[in-house]
Parts: sequence; structure tokens; C-alpha cells
Amino acid sequence: MMAAPKRPLLSRVADAVYWMARYIERAENVARFIDVNHNLTLDLPRHYSDQWQPIVDTTGDRAIFQERYGEATQENVVRFLAFEPEYPNSIYSCIVAARENARSVRETISSEMWEQINSMYLLVTAQNRKGLPEVLPEFCLQIRMACHLFQGITQDTMSHDEAWHFIQLGRRLERADKTSRTLDVKYFILLPSVIDVGTPYDDVQWTALLKSVTGFEMYRKKHGRISPDRIVEFLLLDGDFPRAVRQCLARADDALHVITGTPRGAFSCQSEQRLGLLRSELDYAHVEAILSAGLHEFLDALQTKMNTVDECILQDFFAQRAAPATAGA
Amino acid sequence: MQIHTTGGSALRFSSYQTDGFYDEMFEADGSSRPHVRLLVEIIESLSDGALLRYKHAAETLLLQMGITFNVYGDSAGAERIFPFDLVPRIVPAAEWSIIESGLQQRIHALNAFIDDIYHEQKILKDGIIPSEVILSAASYRKQCQGLNPPWGVWCHITGTDLVRDRDGCYYVLEDNLRVPSGVSYVLENREVLKRIFPGVFEGLSVRPVNEYPSRLLEMLESLAPAGVAEPRVVLLTPGIYNSAYFEHSFLAQQMGVQLVEGRDLVVSSGDVFMRTTKGLERVHVIYRRVDDDFLDPEAFRPDSLLGVPGLLACYRAGRVALANAPGNGVADDKVIYAYVPEIIKYYEDRDAILPNVPTYLCWRDQDRAYVLDHLDRLVVKAANESGGYGMLVGPHSTATERAEFAGRIRANPRNYIAQPTLALSRAPTIVDDHFEGRHVDLRPYVLCGKEIYVLPGGLTRVAMRKGSLVVNSSQGGGSKDTWVLAPHPTELQSQSQIQAEPS
Repeated sequence: MMAAPKRPLLSRVADAVYWMARYIERAENVARFIDVNHNLTLDLPRHYSDQWQPIVDTTGDRAIFQERYGEATQENVVRFLAFEPEYPNSIYSCIVAARENARSVRETISSEMWEQINSMYLLVTAQNRKGLPEVLPEFCLQIRMACHLFQGITQDTMSHDEAWHFIQLGRRLERADKTSRTLDVKYFILLPSVIDVGTPYDDVQWTALLKSVTGFEMYRKKHGRISPDRIVEFLLLDGDFPRAVRQCLARADDALHVITGTPRGAFSCQSEQRLGLLRSELDYAHVEAILSAGLHEFLDALQTKMNTVDECILQDFFAQRAAPATAGA
Repeated sequence: MQIHTTGGSALRFSSYQTDGFYDEMFEADGSSRPHVRLLVEIIESLSDGALLRYKHAAETLLLQMGITFNVYGDSAGAERIFPFDLVPRIVPAAEWSIIESGLQQRIHALNAFIDDIYHEQKILKDGIIPSEVILSAASYRKQCQGLNPPWGVWCHITGTDLVRDRDGCYYVLEDNLRVPSGVSYVLENREVLKRIFPGVFEGLSVRPVNEYPSRLLEMLESLAPAGVAEPRVVLLTPGIYNSAYFEHSFLAQQMGVQLVEGRDLVVSSGDVFMRTTKGLERVHVIYRRVDDDFLDPEAFRPDSLLGVPGLLACYRAGRVALANAPGNGVADDKVIYAYVPEIIKYYEDRDAILPNVPTYLCWRDQDRAYVLDHLDRLVVKAANESGGYGMLVGPHSTATERAEFAGRIRANPRNYIAQPTLALSRAPTIVDDHFEGRHVDLRPYVLCGKEIYVLPGGLTRVAMRKGSLVVNSSQGGGSKDTWVLAPHPTELQSQSQIQAEPS
């Protein structure tokens, strides 16, 4: 039995679990991008062979890639995005970083969570030693399933305490970021290809965008026909789809309120205020208005606002504080 | 690992050789010792290849669980599992009771000694130990002079290294009073073996080790400043790159206390706090796994980034407890080790139950001359090093290494001691597909608060390389589970007589 009645959460620990969750989510997203893109290239005619460049652009790290690898061939892009140890957002680096964070808080997370991250680490390091995977989709599937398993294990083996809510917070914010980036890059590339409008390739490309956030089936159920406007609405503003930006931010906001104990609709710190503003902006947004004002401009502003939320979380919870809040305890 | 399923993997003891060493399981004539007979029977009755499969399964399990240690100076693949041998080392009850009372006596005396050194220094005034030996010890901390730790205890957690020589007699090799590690492997090894040899556990009464975390927590809580009803205990680690990090997080988890790094702690108006998401929270007891030097840059090494500025002042004022107490390493110095039999005699007025290994002190002219003449037969150790670093094993050394050590000894005689090369006892160990004898030591763990508790078990470290006498994990050592047998009901009476004998 523990002597202390409550267990306050160390700032360092909150920081570590938040980043652990972000890195796992990031690794899963990268694996999905590679997989969907690989699948897409199989469906497209040869003159679409530059399909690997956009996925590098999605990461926002085009410059690093060009400097190291030059041409965006499938082999180069997969090597870069999946295994490059020097690139901090490769699957390999994300899993190493998630594991380093997990290792520093092993006594906070459950043993099962640690073992799952550790087994992902053993999986990527073993694959890295062997070189590029022979069957790319199989490797991507392994990574994705391992990440899903981690989420399930986290859900069911760790108490839903403050640290757990920081995990949810990190995971949702990361996911919102990835969905918005994907939408930004793909929409920008897909829309001008007027010559393809109405051709099967157009459909294939928009479908691939939905698939890269596992949204194809759910979109179909809700909207049926493939239409760029509806896809934007679905990925940005849907209230039910778990990878829609609005859904992610709503869940992040919920987690934040549990952490602080502030009632919904009110705020007690900068992070809550910023995230609350963003949440209501999306709650009451209209897709036609967004599109007419320019989607790219909207997504750019959204990215900036999400970065501000992240900085506020750092300030409010992870940064070292000066004065005792509960002296004399 | 390759597992052969042909006849060679049967792993039987029929061709096992003791080679003239004291063997933990077998007599010189090849018959098994009475207390291991059941274990031998069970191993011999396993199907061919079974033990190797278990070994493989255990290693995979350890890797998946991430139970690894870091090797300093090894950049790539810096994490390794601690090699683990499945054949346990068994200590009969009567032997254990001598070890237990010997350790209790030793820890009691060492605490009295350290308290004396940091107060009146009676033992120096009475001429038992020369003052300059103490004051020149690198681990003597003048900052600790006059400190009064709770219960007058300076060594709360100790991991004493014991070895047996060719005659089977136990000797204390090192006291390890500062931040001893390895106890997590004692607990983990036991978990693994319980799964593999349930039959032996049923047949023998092996004393459990899993109460250690509760005992440790209880002891730590007892150190809290007066008037604190619900003390907050934390475990202070140097961080994930420390070689014992796994153990730090394991113990924190097992005790349900928070694992903190130096940067998580802050001193404010005379108290120690940890930084949390909701502000600062007071800390009462720190189980520190950080060396003195890195505890508090204001008190010890000013260039350390790891420590908590102002910590020692809080400790001195009794606002926070530290275990182990800073400054206790003075009794861990290998030169001072040589005086422990006199220390026991001085404070306990009795002879030491567990003898020391005979030790030559190089600062004595006569001893140094002898050491320099016999480097090829002695083990030379630096006075203030541990973990198998800074050490020369004479019989296994080259002429160049001996010449280098001779130079170091002449340059700084105070810093070196030498001991005869002991023929450490051996225990059967799985090597590839058969058993071979490997040298072992034994590290029991002792907790000292209001009373002294010896964990019935310990870490048996194994020198995995053939013929090697170095058991440290950093030098390729492995471990075995250590089973202490409960006294047979009829033995209980004779037990207490053994303890009562002044030996």
C-alpha cells in the first residue's frame, strides 16, 4: 500500500508520456502513408511515377530529403521515411524516441505498454539490419498493427489517471496535425489536375487520400460519391470520424479538462484557452466558407494555432516552475 | 542461439569435473552435496534439450521485457541482457545463518565506525587506525562532519561481496556501502526459475525473496523527518543512460514510489520539492542511486549538472532523509576495508564472524615491497574503484600490465592494495551444450534502519569466461539465482546455537 494518498505527476514524466504518444502516432502515420502510396503506384500509369515526392512533402521535410537522397524514387523515399536514423521523423527514429521516452517512465506506464514498445523496437531494428523489406505492405501492416496494439494495451492496462490523459492529449494533437498536413499537400496537388477530372485516375487519387487516413469506408458510408469538397469536410470537420481534425481536437480538449479539473467550456490556463478557441472554431465552421477563402490559407493558420497549443502545454505543464504551489504539505 | 537436439544436449553431470576447486554442488569425489541432491535428480530427469530450450526461452523473455543493462564505453548496441545461468546456487540453512549473523555484526560495526569518524573519531584517537589513512581516503567527506542521520545509520542498503576459497570458507571481499546494485536481478531471476523448476521449489523449502521491496519501502519510510505522517519517498536516478537504470525503475515500480532525476527536484525555503504538473510537492525521503559527487553541486562537485543545489543543507537540517547517507563511502575504501576486523573488535568487542581476505596495504613499505615482488601471484586493486575497473589479476596478467601496475603503485602507494589470488569456488554452469565449472561469488543484500535485515538470497555472480575470476557484469559476468533453504524444523535449535557462539 502506498503511503501518500495522491500521486502528483512529475512534469518530466508528463512530458515523456506526451511525446511517447506523439511518436507512436507519428510512426503509424508514416507507415500508413508509405503503404497507401505504394498501393497507389500500382494502380497508376507510368507517367504518374513522381507519386513519391508528395509524401515527402507531407512530412514538411523536403529539404532534408533532397539533401540526403536527391531523387524521390520509391527506394529512396522508403529508406528515408522508414529507416533513416538521422531523420528524426522516420519510423525507425520515432520508435526509438518513443522507446527512450517510455524507458524514462517505465514505472509510470504499465509493463505491457513497455513490452509492446520494446517489441516494436526489436522489430524495426531487426528489419533495419536486414535492409529494405522484401514485402513492403507486410512491413507497413506490421508497424500499423503494432501501433494499434499499443493503443489498445494503453487503453486497457493503464489506469486512466493524469499520465494517461497526457498520452491521449499527445496522441490526438499529433493525429490532428498529420491529417491536416496530408489534406494540405494532397489537395494542393490533386485539385489542379483538371485534365483528369472525371477520369478513373482522379477517383483513384482522392480515394488514396482517404485511405491514407483510413477514412475511405467511413467516408463512403456518410457521403457516397467522391467529391473534393465533401472529402475536405469529412477530414476537417467530421464530428465522428476519429482522424478528422475536429474530432481529434475535441478529444484533446476533453483530456486537457480532465487533467486540470476545469469544467468544459471554461479555462484555467493558456493551453485550455487556445485549444478551446480552436475547438469551437471547427465546431462552427462551414466547409464552403473555408474553401472560398482558400483551404491552404486555412490549414496554414490551423497549423500555427496547433503549434501554439503545443507551446502552451509545454509552458503550463512541462516547464519547470519556480514557487511551491502547496508548501507545508 | 542454435539448439542442438542430438545426444550432446542432454546436459547431464556424469562428465562434470570439479578440477580441484571447491564446487558448490559436488564433492571432490564427484558425489553431489546433500542439499543439492533433489536439484541434480530433477536436472538429470529432464528430457534431452529441455534445459537449453528453457535457457533460450528465458533469454528471449528477458530481451522482450527489456531487462537490460548498459555497458559504458560501448557505443553501438549499448544494451545487453545480463547473462543468466539456469542452474541455481543453493545455500543450506546452517551456512546461511552464519552469513546472516556475520553480516549483521559487520554492518552494525561499520555504522558505528562511520558515525564515530564523522563525530568524535575515537577510533583514530585510540590509535586503532592511523588518521592519515582516513583523511586521505577519496571517499571521506569533510562536509559530512557532525551530521546526524536518522537512527545513526549511514549504510541503509548494502550489498556485501562474499567469496569462498578452496577450503569452502566464506570471506568478505568488498563491502559496497555506497550505491550497491543488482538486487533487481535477484527478484527477476527468481521469477524466471519459479516458472522453470516448480518441482524443486515444491520439494525444497526455498526462502522467498519477494518481500524485499516492501522491506525496503518500510525502512525508507522510517527515515522520514519527525512529525510527517505520510512521508513521500522517491528514488533518485542519474537517468536512463546509467548502467543500473533498469533496476532503478524496477524498484520504484515495485515500491510504488516516484522515480526522479536531479532536474525533477528543487530546494525551496529549506525543503526539497519535486516539480509536478500541478506545482511543487514536498519530498521527505530520497533513496538515491547517485554517487555523493553528483548529489549537490553546492556541497560536492560544483561542475556536476546532475545534482540538486542545496540538498545537503536540507539533509543536514533534518528536513529530508537520504539513503544511503553521504560520506559513508569512507568505510568502502579498500585500504580501510583491511581494518574492518579491528573495527568490529573495537566497536562490538567480538571477533569478526566473517573473515576478511588477507590484504596488503601498499602504503606500508614492507607490504609494498612484498606486493611488487609478487605481482604475478596477487590481485591488485585501486582503493577507490569498483565494478572490476582499475584491477590487476596477477596470474592472468602480462609482463607489460604488471610493469604498468608496478609504476602506478610506486607513484601512489596509498591508492593500492593487494590480495592473494583466491581459488574462488565454482558452480556448474551451462556452457554451449554441457556443464562446466565457473567461478562465482555471492552478494547478499542488507537493509539497516531501526533493525538489520538480511535478504535470504542474493546475487550469485558468475565469471562466464573459462578460468576467469572477474564476475562483474561490466566485465562479462553473468548471474545465477541463489536459493537459501529454510531451516528444517529439527535444525532450528542447533541454528540458534551457531548464532550464539562467539566463534
